[in-house]
Amino acid sequence: MKVDVKLFGTLAQSVSGPILAHYPQGIRAGSLLEVELPEDSTLADLVAHLSLPTEELKLTFVNGRPQELDYRLAPGDEVGIFSPVGGG
Amino acid sequence: MWILRINMTDRSYQLEDVPKAYKLLGGRGLTSTIIHDEVPPLCHPLGPNNKLVFAPGIVTGTAAPTSARISVGAKSPLTNTIKESNAGSGWPPALAAMRIKALVVEGQREQKGKFWMLSLSWDQTEGKPKVEFLPADEYVGQDLYEVYPKLFERFGKVNIGSIGFAGESLYSNSGVAFADLAGRPSRYAGRGGLGAVMGSKGLKFIVLDRKSAPGVEIADKALFDEGRKKLTDALRTADITKPKGALNTYGTAVLINIMNEAGGLPANNFSSGRFEGAPNIAGEAIFEGNKERLGKELYNHACSPGCIIQCSNTWHKPDGTEHVSCVEYESDWALGANCGIDDLDKIAELVRLCNAYGLDTIEAGTTIAVAMEAGLAEFGDGKKAIELMHEMGKGTPLGRILGNGTDAAAHVLGVVRSPVVKGQSMPAYEPRAVKGIGITYATSTMGADHTAGYTINPEILGVSGKTDPLSPEGKAEVSRAFQAATAFITDTTGHCLFIAFAMDIESCFEGIVDEVNGVLGTHYTVDDIAKLGAEILRKERAFNEAAGLTKVHDRLPEFMKYEKLPPHNNVYDVPDEALDAVYGEL
Repeated sequence: MKVDVKLFGTLAQSVSGPILAHYPQGIRAGSLLEVELPEDSTLADLVAHLSLPTEELKLTFVNGRPQELDYRLAPGDEVGIFSPVGGG
Repeated sequence: MWILRINMTDRSYQLEDVPKAYKLLGGRGLTSTIIHDEVPPLCHPLGPNNKLVFAPGIVTGTAAPTSARISVGAKSPLTNTIKESNAGSGWPPALAAMRIKALVVEGQREQKGKFWMLSLSWDQTEGKPKVEFLPADEYVGQDLYEVYPKLFERFGKVNIGSIGFAGESLYSNSGVAFADLAGRPSRYAGRGGLGAVMGSKGLKFIVLDRKSAPGVEIADKALFDEGRKKLTDALRTADITKPKGALNTYGTAVLINIMNEAGGLPANNFSSGRFEGAPNIAGEAIFEGNKERLGKELYNHACSPGCIIQCSNTWHKPDGTEHVSCVEYESDWALGANCGIDDLDKIAELVRLCNAYGLDTIEAGTTIAVAMEAGLAEFGDGKKAIELMHEMGKGTPLGRILGNGTDAAAHVLGVVRSPVVKGQSMPAYEPRAVKGIGITYATSTMGADHTAGYTINPEILGVSGKTDPLSPEGKAEVSRAFQAATAFITDTTGHCLFIAFAMDIESCFEGIVDEVNGVLGTHYTVDDIAKLGAEILRKERAFNEAAGLTKVHDRLPEFMKYEKLPPHNNVYDVPDEALDAVYGEL
């Protein structure tokens, strides 16, 4: 299945693995990544697929709602993944 | 320690010993107590009976990290409530170093249109501050970016507090500006129209020369040092506040993307919770844009001495020269997403103009968005937004309407969607998508103010707990607890609100309590903090009640109850009883 993924904060620069070949311009914060995953994959599977450093990862959203890493993804889901952020 | 009273009617002053009842207060705790005790609640905010109070925090001026903040208080012309707005710069520690616990500006100029400056320096022979009044007329009506260098040239290495054209013109949207560490007129006690209160008194500048001043007394140095070390360690460890962490790298505008993702970034005058152009204006885009234009990475700087978070950014023009500092999250959102503008160069210019004219960026942005909704410009038209800002800065009839803030503009222009509480516009979090922050907006003694009880931490950022932003359940308790804690732990101690991002490290809170006990010689415990904060809130609330505010003023604007906000299509559904319980059960 395909899911749409956006990475924010420091995470955009942290992606490694074969997916990089599809984005020769590099991945920026908020760039839309189309990621192919096996059916029934969880957010944790997605994080592993993108080889994201889990220690830099703090918050995950699916379709605009906060979800935990055991959340099971569905085709077409929109995922946002953030390193720790704060401001005001 | 002294209370310095300045009378603008006859330009006299009194240096009083701090009364016993005020000895353990500072910052907001002190400004709100003095206003509660001395200002008639029914006075006109721009009349002779209002008072403008400046108070450094309890630990401001010491070596406590990230604590160089000044609280500015008065009855607000924007909200008609008690008001405290705080800012960081070199000015607050300079005032504290002269052992002035509060500077109270009273009375009113006798000659309309006349402006003065107040100069405070340390008189070593007398062992007390020297107070002088000097005419300031030659600086009136000018861009603050032009005026500040003239003052530095005239007075040397001083700290400047001032108003701009907006304050001189008595706009309800006018801040009190302080020079940042590079001398820019960019650090604002922006909210609530306090610049107009200063302007109404005929006071244009307060210039501080701290040379030879003795500094802040510390009752128990060992305990204080233990506390500041605990806090320093926490701030250096927490991911958000540490060097090259989120704030130091991306600045406060790092919140643009996450609020957008959560569907809680108000766009086009609060008509959507999502803005398509969000990634173009986010903190990450600022960092990358600067890198491209400068050819190197640029990390952020401190707004004030002794800050170890250092979150203030500088945006650069395509040729690599400085455009403006600082594009904060709130300014970026108000003048960007909320006006449909996704061009950082346009946003930077709008921020620069707010600094130049003495306007609060939040209120200015939300006012322009209302004007856009009324058809004075298209959403997204940055060029036209800049023109509207110049109208305010030139004092044209339209500019004077817009300069009186969002609600005034909405009334004049016939716009129903006026995103205000108690006359003050909402900042950059949509209450329909983040229910707890809406409770803070509705019930705060200050009007719509995110800093009064920043529930965004548990609702969005996963700091100090984690709760569902769309659920109204239990949020009254969360907002009440945050409002009470904030009133003391940051606003009264003088620490920046951003120390809250290190609160999941236990030593953070303990460190602050140790610092306070070290300075004051008190024996407060961590458990006392909420009680101390609640006492401050009760005084503010009592003032507001005497000024004629009731629980019907603790409500969000009606449109939020019937207009569904995309993308979650939620309305604001926190029941009135929950709103009333915030202060009902304080």
